[in-house]
Amino acid sequence: MILSLPVYFEIPLTVLVLAAIAFLFGLLLAVAAKKFAVEKDPRIDEITEYLAGANCGGCGYAGCSSYAKAIVEEGVQVGLCPVADAKANGEIARIMGVEVTETARMRAQVMCSGNHTTANYKYLYQGLADCHSVSRLGNGPKECSYGCIGLGSCVNACAFNAIKLENGAAFVDYDHCRACGMCVSACPQNLIELVPFDSRYWVACKSKDKGVTVRSHCEVGCIGCGICAKNCPNNAITFENNIAHIDYSLCNQCGTCAAKCPRKIILDGLKPDAIPDGVPEV
Amino acid sequence: MANIFLLAITALLIENFVFVKFYGICPFLGVSQKTETAVGMGLAVTFTMTIASALTWPLYYFVLKPLQIEYLETIAFILLIACLVQLIEMFLQKAIPSLYSALGIYLPLITTNCAVLGVALLNVQNDYNFIESVVYGFAAGLGFLLAIFLLSLVRERFEFAKIPKPFQGVPIALIAGGLLALAFSGLRLSF
Repeated sequence: MILSLPVYFEIPLTVLVLAAIAFLFGLLLAVAAKKFAVEKDPRIDEITEYLAGANCGGCGYAGCSSYAKAIVEEGVQVGLCPVADAKANGEIARIMGVEVTETARMRAQVMCSGNHTTANYKYLYQGLADCHSVSRLGNGPKECSYGCIGLGSCVNACAFNAIKLENGAAFVDYDHCRACGMCVSACPQNLIELVPFDSRYWVACKSKDKGVTVRSHCEVGCIGCGICAKNCPNNAITFENNIAHIDYSLCNQCGTCAAKCPRKIILDGLKPDAIPDGVPEV
Repeated sequence: MANIFLLAITALLIENFVFVKFYGICPFLGVSQKTETAVGMGLAVTFTMTIASALTWPLYYFVLKPLQIEYLETIAFILLIACLVQLIEMFLQKAIPSLYSALGIYLPLITTNCAVLGVALLNVQNDYNFIESVVYGFAAGLGFLLAIFLLSLVRERFEFAKIPKPFQGVPIALIAGGLLALAFSGLRLSF
């Protein structure tokens, strides 16, 4: 069966044939979609609506929809999403018919305040602005091999624009921080920690070097003198590897450590004046 | 009969789609970390290739050829294959959800897998009849299954091997795949 058609029929014919094939297959797919439809709990979509949709992974699941799925199918706790506010969590709890469980709000804190003014540099880096690649060059451009590299891998990792670079060091805007933890894993120096949102005092150094070395590297380094630990009324400060560490479950925000620190590197997050030169307001 | 058998062996080993023709490299590298998912992917591709061969043959010989629009073969075949993959996806989601989630993004990617389109076009180019086409599609699919299965076995052993840092992940997989391809090309020379 060979058709002999005039040439000018050829183009409409091709369009027609392809359209017919496509229509046939489309019909087939529509029927199959009905036949093979997977019954999905409608609550999963409803809950996903109330979650942030940033897919930041702060809840511990791969994304918003997988967390919603876990809530519905595995009965996982409501309120793990660091972004959803009380209202959204309330709505999710209403959908699931459970009580909201409050989770303490956290914030990210960059545990270094060495910047262009306060820290000494061993070389000037010019190149790809990525902390990971520079960390391979002698642990960054600062003399201190534990310090903030200041090229903003955390800034890029943050889905909420809560981190900014100022004078060669990274700072967290607490109001925007949702404590999802993306920056924590993005920092090659492991400088970022999640601390309770309302905690005021933090040790702005992570150097494990001995006091003398720290002094030569940076004006705002912890020299491991231990004065803060001795003076803390709640024994909330411990020393390990020449660095002070505050246990926030014991800290009652009295501020003794910040007042007694001879290097003034225990900072008060709520008092911008207490922060040394070069550190922007938080 | 001997002809069909020879065709199958050729598609499976001597002109292996992955190692000799270099079709379907994307899923070959993408889904070969674990033997279980690799075999699942291989079976899905084999199934798709067999069905695609069986469906593109009548499409070509009963629709495109009588209308003298054979030049539309590529676009018409893609249309058919895309629809077929959608169908398989729906079926897997319903019937074998674990395999569906394990294959993930690679299942829709079969749509644009050149191995599937390649087998359909080769069937037409080589003037195979219906039986030959289906056998060729099935054997070529088995060839893909064999290739991805072999690579997944090698890659599972990488987990325990001390691989220099620059070679970890895809680079060492490419090297392993290249060595496998070399072995298969040796098979080709001996025939």
